Amino acid sequence: MSTPPIRIEQLTMAYGDRVIQRDINVDINQGDIFIIMGGSGCGKSTLLKHLIGLNTPAKGRILYDGEDYFSASEERKQITRKRWGILFQSGGLFSAMTLAENIALPLSQYTDLSASAIADLVHYKLSLVGLGGFEEYYPAEISGGMQKRAGLARAMALDPDILFFDEPSAGLDPISARRLDELILELRDTLGCTVVIVTHELASIFAIGNNSVFLDAETRTMIAQGNPRELRDHSPNDTVRLFLHRGEDTTPTGEIA
Amino acid sequence: MTPRCEWHTDDAGSGRLMLSGNWTIAQTLPDVIAALPAALPASIPLDCNALEHWDSTLASQVLRLHQHCSAAGSSLQLNDAPEGLQRLLALATAVKAQTTLNEGVMSFGDTLRSLIKKPGDRCREFLQFFGDTLFALWQWVRGRSVIRDGDIAFWFEQAGVRAIPIVTLVSLLVGLILAFLGAVQLRQFGAQVYVANLVSIGMAREMGALMIAIIMSGRTGAAYAAQLGAMQANDEIDSLRTMGISPMELLVLPRMLAALMALPLLTIYADVVGMIGGSLIAITMDISPLQYLHQTRISIGMSAILIGLGKSVVFAFLIALAGCRYGLNAGRSSTAVGQATTEAVVSALVSVIVADSIINILLDRLGIGV
Repeated sequence: MSTPPIRIEQLTMAYGDRVIQRDINVDINQGDIFIIMGGSGCGKSTLLKHLIGLNTPAKGRILYDGEDYFSASEERKQITRKRWGILFQSGGLFSAMTLAENIALPLSQYTDLSASAIADLVHYKLSLVGLGGFEEYYPAEISGGMQKRAGLARAMALDPDILFFDEPSAGLDPISARRLDELILELRDTLGCTVVIVTHELASIFAIGNNSVFLDAETRTMIAQGNPRELRDHSPNDTVRLFLHRGEDTTPTGEIA
Repeated sequence: MTPRCEWHTDDAGSGRLMLSGNWTIAQTLPDVIAALPAALPASIPLDCNALEHWDSTLASQVLRLHQHCSAAGSSLQLNDAPEGLQRLLALATAVKAQTTLNEGVMSFGDTLRSLIKKPGDRCREFLQFFGDTLFALWQWVRGRSVIRDGDIAFWFEQAGVRAIPIVTLVSLLVGLILAFLGAVQLRQFGAQVYVANLVSIGMAREMGALMIAIIMSGRTGAAYAAQLGAMQANDEIDSLRTMGISPMELLVLPRMLAALMALPLLTIYADVVGMIGGSLIAITMDISPLQYLHQTRISIGMSAILIGLGKSVVFAFLIALAGCRYGLNAGRSSTAVGQATTEAVVSALVSVIVADSIINILLDRLGIGV
């Protein structure tokens, strides 16, 4: 078996003495659309912050292609980071730069492309997210949904192997949210990247997720993992089933309707 | 292999665009538009059989080709292209690119109009804010405004108490400088003892209030603008307004009152520290501390102190006004917060200096405190 692109081993996350989650063990495989789910305040975003190296684990390891990220040298970390694309909850666009400058920043930092090639790439990435022609706009001049899509264009600037999303559909109308889901699927299929998403949008979870982890706020550990559709129908754990059914009680009866 | 893009015409006379080699981000790409023939045929097949690795750079060039071809009235045929490339292009062309440019070049008339209109708008906006602030203060005096308990004390601590270390240092040095300046001149005709007059009147009437105002513009005015600007960017101001709470009362008033209390008190403190600073120089010039104290007592009158205090009240009002006004009117991004802070400090400093000059001219004309 090949090494998974991301492996979480015995991870314990804590802010000072306050433990958020303990003993998380997850493999995220190549081409997965991996959902991190759980109720509010269970540590979903904290887990994402650990995955992208913003927070350091209290215990345990996070391996990228078999290499421990946090014990690696700064150069190795930089190489790993260049393979990531991250979309933050509110887009994370630099407000002092136009959309084109935002997307061109990683390109001009990490590649030797000519200015015209960068301009072509910027136009292409913006077109992919349906924002062709908005190059010269500033983030403050476009709507929240457009900011999010522009953030996605920036996250994709360097053709990342792994895309991280923090609540991608929060604040989007249902149609935009669905378009974003389709875009994520399409990107996974065409670029072959691995996608990690923090969300509690059930429609999205079932539409695109093929692997997941469920973090429980009460027991402070993961209580389920696997395909979210299967968890919804067959999970033995009541908390997980309730969550995935929006709180409606659906004890599996074992009968087939 | 290096990426190549060539136009091939076969025996039947129909042409195709051939892409070959690696089209990745690490390569220098050929110009795809230049490879096209001058007269574009109605349909341009894309031949990707010799294509090796590719990534978004290829997709971006194909998108460029596609847009160039459709603008020229011909179409790019992608039937032979890799499936992924076809889908990516379909995705990229799903939403038509918007063509109207953002903030296009303004006509001469528009430029002129905005030049005249902008200062006018700003002036009106300033007067409105000025009036709102005065009204809020009046409401407070009449006891009709809601200020949360402890707010004024909190802001007083921020603006006043925490400024004491820097105020001490600066006023001590200003006192020293004044004394030095005077000492060199006065020694020429043996009038060293009048250094005390120079320092005490200089500090009390002018330098105390002015130095404190300059410190406060940078310290407090900037802080007010940055806080309120960040609150604006964070929708906090909007949520206050929708709760029916006036930001003027809840945010501006406590800050304004705190500044109005802190500045005069700091000014008195600065006066005293400045005179101590002056005395340090006087001692090196064989003037005994007692002599210096006595000279200070007979030279300084109540009017000089009151003038200094009066100025500091005016300065406090101007600084808090500038900070709050630029903060509340800031845009909703991190850049806008920085801009608001800069403008607040600059306008606070300028208005303090201008106000100081006007007050001095008025006092001179009216013959007060001479």
